[in-house]
Amino acid sequence: MLASMKLVMAICRRVLLSIGGLACLLTLAACTSTPPPPALDLSLTRASPNNHFRITLIPPQGTTPIQQIHSWTVKVATPTGEPATKALVYMNGGMPEHGHGMPTRPAVTREIAPGTYLVEGVKFNMSGWWELLVAVQLGPASDVTTFNYIVPLPAHAK
Amino acid sequence: MRSLSKHLPGCLRTFCFALIAFPAVANAEVRWSDTELAILSSLRLSQLPPMPVDPSNTQENNPHAIALGKRLFFDPRLSRNGQVACATCHDPAKQFQDGRPRAVALGMTERRTMPLAGAGYSPWLFWDGRKDSLWSHALAPLEDALEHGGNRTRYAHLLKANYAEEYRAVFGALPDLAGMPQDAGPLGSELEKKAWDAMPAPAKQSVSRVFANLGKAIAAYVKTLRHSESRLDRFVDALLRRDRKAGEHLNDSEQAGLQIFIGKGQCVSCHNGPLFTDHFFHGTRVPPRDAASPDPGRSEGALMVQQDEFNCLGPFSDAKSAQCLELRHMSIYEPALRRAFKTPSLRGVAERAPYMHAGQFASLREVVRHYIAAPESVPVTTLRGHGHGSGSALLPVALSEAETNQLIDFLGTLSAPVVEVVPAQNPRR
Repeated sequence: MLASMKLVMAICRRVLLSIGGLACLLTLAACTSTPPPPALDLSLTRASPNNHFRITLIPPQGTTPIQQIHSWTVKVATPTGEPATKALVYMNGGMPEHGHGMPTRPAVTREIAPGTYLVEGVKFNMSGWWELLVAVQLGPASDVTTFNYIVPLPAHAK
Repeated sequence: MRSLSKHLPGCLRTFCFALIAFPAVANAEVRWSDTELAILSSLRLSQLPPMPVDPSNTQENNPHAIALGKRLFFDPRLSRNGQVACATCHDPAKQFQDGRPRAVALGMTERRTMPLAGAGYSPWLFWDGRKDSLWSHALAPLEDALEHGGNRTRYAHLLKANYAEEYRAVFGALPDLAGMPQDAGPLGSELEKKAWDAMPAPAKQSVSRVFANLGKAIAAYVKTLRHSESRLDRFVDALLRRDRKAGEHLNDSEQAGLQIFIGKGQCVSCHNGPLFTDHFFHGTRVPPRDAASPDPGRSEGALMVQQDEFNCLGPFSDAKSAQCLELRHMSIYEPALRRAFKTPSLRGVAERAPYMHAGQFASLREVVRHYIAAPESVPVTTLRGHGHGSGSALLPVALSEAETNQLIDFLGTLSAPVVEVVPAQNPRR
């Protein structure tokens, strides 16, 4: 199992390296007050690049916390919609505009329903545009899917 | 790659618009967009969440622990020469720091003394985050030969002789120390280490627990040290309630500097939230104090805290494993953590020269100039491990001399006294 997870992480790293150069360019206008690129696809349900899986990210209910560890849920299904059970799932993220990763190392701790995985240890240290990467391996199929997510500023308290 | 590249023009467009729409000109009236107001709101001290509970120290809100910790904090007997207290470097008259480039106690340390107000909010302590609690943080200097230079049995004997009743009221009776060496500890001199090695394991365990409790009492006191509201907080409060007298709190130059801080200066990216810190670690290419042997920063600190016997998961912690979320989910091997240091709070920063982890910059002007000079040619270490060298989370910032002055003026509005805030009595959870 450890070897399999290492493989998933290696897949992540390869994919991450391939887009790293452009991310450096994107850091040109980095600042929290700059809105994310207007055409950013914020869909939290996506087909994986090789169409092995259909993945849905479910953020915590309410306002996404900043500087607090919390959990997300990842639903993994086959292209025909069947839950992908007993898959190896890995999630991480970072800020392309700022050139840093997540301050924590999230981990899938259990499958809470068929094809639904609990990711604990998620933490955002600032608001803005985050990329979230989900690597999934099930049998011989493996894919890394990138999502965009905007962590909003805290609610405007009076 | 295509999906990312198509965003670049829009991103640049937004950046250019920001420069045109909000020119920072001295004495011009500063206008604030809704986005800027939302950022300003998030910076107010009133937006701080309640002080986080440290599950590894069940006594942190115990008033007896706070009182004991305060006495210990100022007691110079907690040192090899009887002249070094925590307060020697964490001077209450200087925001609980010492104003030196590097701390000086029994010797000179490698890094700058960090201030203590609001430290209870940080999941990681020290510049490299090698400690994951205030109590564990308090223990490190006590055993460091360059700082207090003491050892575990010496501290246990000292508590027995001078604080036995106060200790008992918080932690229960001190163990029997009869027959234990006066000076023994795992990090002391060769003689002290030898004496420590000769002690039976239960005795070592017992003394180490006393040592941990010493740290927990000091931590209970340190956790009461908080920031108070500054002119910035009063300005933003007034601005948000559309008070026409908001400008009485910040002058035009300070307001322009604030706009730079949250806008083109990019400062707020890392210095965010009410404490002006994201509590994380960033490489900003600050020149190392010793170029021949650069300080590894967080990349080493993460490994140290993982192996620390006084961490949240260790035998002296009061926490259950499930409560040690930060440690269990700690990011360790990220390339960006190499030579990265903790983002310090900027509250009170104008009174805390010199700056950076070894006091490399004597003034805020030098700090701002460093950020302006962040070289474009330097490869940026990204979350993807791209790039090489020490990497940097910094990007060039184009500021004129006038804008630099405004930014420095603004930083002066964050000054306010450090206060003690005693928590509501709830010693047991």
